[in-house]
Amino acid sequence: MDLDHIQRSMFDAIRQPLTAGEGMRQRTRDGKSLKTIANEIIKPNDRLTSFERLEIYNRQYWFRILAALSEDFPGLRAIVGERRFEKLAVAYLLDCPSRSFTLRNLGSRLETWLRAHPEYIATFEPIALDMVRLEWAEIEAFDEASKPSLTEAELPGLGPDPKFVLQPHVRLLDLGYPVDDFLIRVRREEEVDIVSNAVSERVRSSARGRRLPKPERIFLTVHRASNSVYFKRIDKAAYAILCALREGKNLSDAVDAVDWGDQTPQEAAANLQQWFAYWSAQGWFCQETEV
Amino acid sequence: MAPSLRRSREVNQSHGPERSAQWPFFFLSSETAWEPISEIRRAKRRVDSQIMPANRFNGFTEYGVGIGLRVPHYNHILDKKPVVDWFEIISENFMIDGGRPLHVLDQILDQYRVVQHGVSMYFGSVEPLNRDHLRRLKALVRRTNTPWLSDHLCWGSVDGCYSHDLLPMPYTFEAAATTAQKIREARDFLEVPVIVENVSSYAEFHASGMTEWQFLTEVVERADCGILLDVNNIYVSSRNHSFDPFEYVNSVPHERVAQIHIAGHSKFEKYILDTHDHPVIDPVWNLYARAIERSGPTATLLEWDDRIPSFDEVHDEALKANRYVAERVVA
Repeated sequence: MDLDHIQRSMFDAIRQPLTAGEGMRQRTRDGKSLKTIANEIIKPNDRLTSFERLEIYNRQYWFRILAALSEDFPGLRAIVGERRFEKLAVAYLLDCPSRSFTLRNLGSRLETWLRAHPEYIATFEPIALDMVRLEWAEIEAFDEASKPSLTEAELPGLGPDPKFVLQPHVRLLDLGYPVDDFLIRVRREEEVDIVSNAVSERVRSSARGRRLPKPERIFLTVHRASNSVYFKRIDKAAYAILCALREGKNLSDAVDAVDWGDQTPQEAAANLQQWFAYWSAQGWFCQETEV
Repeated sequence: MAPSLRRSREVNQSHGPERSAQWPFFFLSSETAWEPISEIRRAKRRVDSQIMPANRFNGFTEYGVGIGLRVPHYNHILDKKPVVDWFEIISENFMIDGGRPLHVLDQILDQYRVVQHGVSMYFGSVEPLNRDHLRRLKALVRRTNTPWLSDHLCWGSVDGCYSHDLLPMPYTFEAAATTAQKIREARDFLEVPVIVENVSSYAEFHASGMTEWQFLTEVVERADCGILLDVNNIYVSSRNHSFDPFEYVNSVPHERVAQIHIAGHSKFEKYILDTHDHPVIDPVWNLYARAIERSGPTATLLEWDDRIPSFDEVHDEALKANRYVAERVVA
């Protein structure tokens, strides 16, 4: 038996979902006997059958990736509940196994997958999707690049109608629910739970008792400052300008594209000045083109 | 602006501590203790040059006893600046573009020696090396200036899908050739010595035609690379597969051993699991003693990755290695 065959057989086996009792199932999803596969490639010993030895790896695989996904998406877990989250996570990881050398990217396709499989977040769909977008944005903001910020002295060099380039770690979200506050609350409660050394039970109970927020459209930036990730709610017009800048538009085009509503030109100008001062102070603009 | 409370620890700026000049400390007898520091250091170098396995596999370095750099210890290290010979980092945790992990790493690099240890190169996988992984790894190598780089003698991916586990190899000549070729490719690309670590395993393959230590030897000689000898993994596998761990230690080409890992593990009814969440047990220390008897006092690293106790507890456990070094060298 060659190396390729052994690796494919074993990898296929360990990726089979576990039983409800967290053991290895008898058959693969396409009906092959896992006992036969185990016997074909793995030796038994005086304590364990081939099946039991393979099962150790099967369990390790699922325990590791489920724990990683659960840690990355506590907000989604709190919204849909522990059991439903685990079902969702298993189904997602079966369809979208890790394609990265790092577990950091495990949830990169979760939003897209959930949109294609809304049955896993039925009754929670809009808020659950908002939460996944926020939690993934947070992961990206945590360790995306931070380029040298644009300084005041460099502004004249950008010309009369500059293109402002946003820092790669700045993420922009248009959300239908105030999931930022909800996620912060979930995190605080879990921090308390972890300190208490009674994580699983307490997280479950708090998820049950937690009231979900009511719909409310918010515009949010998720960004990094002093190596910590922050959420900052912004005005709808400010959000539109930042989105336009991210798309590569010139300042004048970005501003023209905004629906200013009932703001007077004077009010809009004052807001613009204030926003750009804040964004510059935060170092959200950088010199280089985004990668 | 609301902090998102993502679980990352606060760190503070700190000044550089002195690196340990104490290892191996055993020759600093009362007779030499009065000597000026420079004399003691010169004497230490003379002794080191006779017993330390500074070799091409570990970049001709003479490292002592280190510990793994782990998030719960960041504050302690940066605030207290403990004397530690070196830190081992998990490369994948720092193969990113920015943020706190790299910020902390840079502060550690200002003060300590750092060696990179990887968990997902998968030299034993049939598929080719991941070029994006290699590029990111090389960028990190340049950042850390690691004198050598380690990863595992295992496989873990198929068709670009990752298991995130260290899966055992079938011990065949085909597997040895595949693995050795990929180690050579990685070393050529990374331009740093690459050494491979034996893993704990819970399964053996019908296809295997040799022992694990024969396979390890076959791979490192074909690749002409060094060994990261994990004596805890040898112990765990010896219990799971009923072989004599001393035969393993006695059989590996000791001149290629560039680093040693020690760790704790967990016992279950029918097997032992490599969990890195306990102190090192005596049988593993005995294997360590035998390993350094053969290889000389080698750069040693304690792994403690789960249920991590205080920094001092981890470091004290690691420093027990010095007793064995002293005993063996005196003997």
